[in-house]
Amino acid sequence: MTPDLECVDLVKRFGDTTAVDNVSFSVPPGSFFSILGPSGCGKTTIMRMIAGFLDPTSGDIRIKGGSVLDTPPNKRPVNMVFQHLALFPMMTIAENIGYGLRRRGMSRDEIGRKVDEALDRIGLPGIGGRKVDELSGGQKQRVAIARCMVLEPDVLLLDEPLGALDLKLREHMKVELKALQAAFDTTFVYITHDQSEALVMSDQIAVMNAGRFEQVGSGQDLYYRPGTPFVAGFIGESNRWKGRIERAEGGVMQLRTDTGLAMRAAGAALSEGDNAEIFVRPETIRLAGSAEALSRFDNQLKGTVTSLLFNGAASRVLVQDDAGEILEVTLPQSGEFASLKRGDTVHIGWAADQAACFGAA
Amino acid sequence: MRHQSRIAFILLLSPLVLWLGLLILIPHVDMLLISLRERVSFGVYETSLTQYEKALTEPLYLRTFWRTAVMSVLATAITLLIAFPVAYYIAKMAKGRLQQVLFMLCLIPFYVSELVRTFGWMILLRETGIVSNLLQWTGLADQPVELLYTDATMMVGLVYTSMLFMVVPLVTTLESLDDSVIEAGYDLGGNGLSVLREIIIPHAMPGIVSGCIVVFMLSLGNYLTPTMLGGKDSLWFTEMIYNQFIVRSNWELGAAFGFMLLVLSSVIVWGMLRLTGRTLKETMG
Repeated sequence: MTPDLECVDLVKRFGDTTAVDNVSFSVPPGSFFSILGPSGCGKTTIMRMIAGFLDPTSGDIRIKGGSVLDTPPNKRPVNMVFQHLALFPMMTIAENIGYGLRRRGMSRDEIGRKVDEALDRIGLPGIGGRKVDELSGGQKQRVAIARCMVLEPDVLLLDEPLGALDLKLREHMKVELKALQAAFDTTFVYITHDQSEALVMSDQIAVMNAGRFEQVGSGQDLYYRPGTPFVAGFIGESNRWKGRIERAEGGVMQLRTDTGLAMRAAGAALSEGDNAEIFVRPETIRLAGSAEALSRFDNQLKGTVTSLLFNGAASRVLVQDDAGEILEVTLPQSGEFASLKRGDTVHIGWAADQAACFGAA
Repeated sequence: MRHQSRIAFILLLSPLVLWLGLLILIPHVDMLLISLRERVSFGVYETSLTQYEKALTEPLYLRTFWRTAVMSVLATAITLLIAFPVAYYIAKMAKGRLQQVLFMLCLIPFYVSELVRTFGWMILLRETGIVSNLLQWTGLADQPVELLYTDATMMVGLVYTSMLFMVVPLVTTLESLDDSVIEAGYDLGGNGLSVLREIIIPHAMPGIVSGCIVVFMLSLGNYLTPTMLGGKDSLWFTEMIYNQFIVRSNWELGAAFGFMLLVLSSVIVWGMLRLTGRTLKETMG
């Protein structure tokens, strides 16, 4: 099947700086594709090139198989939901949604019908006569999407559209966006710096850093099998160390961190003497009252609780081992450790294959 | 405490009240009274509408009155047409330093007094002036060309004088238009013309209306430019007011002219607001 959107060796330079460095990807029809990266990584540049507001320095952008490089933005079969939505404040909601249809020279009746249909689709029937500033943040969001979707674009681009919403609404809109995407059955390309947005909604996520794609994969791939140290550090939380491989046999490595902590890790093909970066997620570390409970783990430590970071379901314990190393461990909310307090002695352990290990220079 | 704040309020308000009262209200009331009287003999006056009757029946007065109105509207329209692209460039396309420099360039001519600026135009455009010499030197003209004292020259002067007062409100309103709104206009299939018509102009409307009102008032009340650059046919209504007051010492007719001008400008401003569907409150913020 021809991908809806395909970028081939895309490069964009601004003077001496390379904002987008040889990026290639393709997005299959009807999927939700996210580009996730810290601010300034070049993700907005990619989106603006796809929309047609910027010309790539080199490379090609294909939509449904055909190159769109010579197509101006107003003729491209892609539409964009802007970061601050960019609804037209001088028009009513119905006029906003009908704007693109009017540009296509559609008859007044048909526009009216399509606009009503779109308003039904986004669950806001009958608000067509209102002004933009009379709507709430979430409603504006949906109107901005409807304004693009009435044009039935091949690809819908979304540039961090949830950034301006408050936390509760953002959580709600994540689910809603995913549902809207399924309802419209259109390819969404979504840009964000918020990993939770990307993980919840996307079929495929590209993690971007300094103009390049670090890894492209499903949320599970990125979380469980990060391909680079950047991805391991960027997606989710991690305890991270730099260290040296002391022994390597059969995929399991014995290594020692620069701070002196010895541990076993699996994964990367490294040999004795190599430098390595090690990532261990707080939620993969098991907390226990006694050493026996941890006997099945490759790595076991005894330590003292130095502080409790309460944050509901995401609560953490900081555990300091005998060597002085501090580890972040997720605090299970099953009640078992409800009485845990500062200064308590605890045992922690994790499996070798839960530690992601990468070669370092 | 309450007493004190009351005094403070009165103190703060008094300059405004004094200004409005002494310089605007009282002179106007006096003018109105003067315009409504007729001199029957030396030092004897009686109330009548003769002055207005004279003003409205004498063809020269009436013709000048309408000419001034039409030319001012025309000057306002031309100023808007020239200032809009300039303001758009300054507000949306120029970035950083260039933006400031361009804005300053619009402002700098106004550091010089209007009289000097108008003389500048005369130096450029008179028979022995720079433009005339240039035309002869390039061979486009074989004898000195007089470019002064025509309606077109006067129009150039009026537009030039008013430019800044149109550019400033336009730049301000256009700057407040988010770039992404314009981009959204293109992204959803609009071309340059439809984005201009449906997005940029509606957004800039408050600036356009307030700029037009100011420029129209300035043109209507301009004395210097029409007098110095205009020809013998380009009589401006303000010149007639001046003539009645100063040359003829006919204060009664001059006052009547003054009131006709006031009514004219009020009616046209009101019409302009009605035409654009705006209220004075919206326009003045």
